[in-house]
Amino acid sequence: MIPEGGDPGHWLFIITSSVLALGVAASLVRLVQGPTLADRVVALDLIGFLLLGVLAAFSIVTQRPSVLFVVVVAALILFLGTAAFAIYLDRRWKQ
Amino acid sequence: MSPIDFVTAGLMFLGAFFGMIAGVGIVRMPDLYMRMQSATKAGTLGILCIVLAAATHFQTADVVIKASLTLLFLGGTAPIASHLIARAAYDSGVELWSKTRDDRGSTGRPAVHEAVDEGAEAEGSGDSGTKA
Repeated sequence: MIPEGGDPGHWLFIITSSVLALGVAASLVRLVQGPTLADRVVALDLIGFLLLGVLAAFSIVTQRPSVLFVVVVAALILFLGTAAFAIYLDRRWKQ
Repeated sequence: MSPIDFVTAGLMFLGAFFGMIAGVGIVRMPDLYMRMQSATKAGTLGILCIVLAAATHFQTADVVIKASLTLLFLGGTAPIASHLIARAAYDSGVELWSKTRDDRGSTGRPAVHEAVDEGAEAEGSGDSGTKA
């Protein structure tokens, strides 16, 4: 089903990434109109998650298992970013 | 076109579907806390399905190790990040949904803000309430 050479125009990648892109578009709506800063942080977090999904699907379809290293490291950095935003929210409240 | 390819494709579609559900939830939910549980749970489940699809597709030791590292990190850090943001938002006064039923006080515990304001005294009265 998935060609040996790896082809990013394969229908499996097209379908998966466009369904994930619907989720990204929805969370962009929340990122723009979110009433509070915390809403925007949650929306950015979800966008990061969905882009990790696109990366993992890309690594499957193009037969490049080393792209999964990027997924691991990006997951860790995503957590650091969200934690830093949470600490910033906390400090802003205490001042 | 082996049977394992169908498992891979099914897991990828399932993960993409959960990602889309998370996006729908983050727009449609009425309240920051509900949006947060939608984004964290459905988003994590979507990624985990796609990473699992990678593990079933490649079936080599290094990919399975990378996939389980991703599972471990995401499953461990997503609830922590969500909890940190929810605590900071609640402390800084982000409103609950207007239809959320507030049953603090009916359990014998003081409300959270009272406990912060009154300190040890509120904690003491809460303890005696639960013992009685």
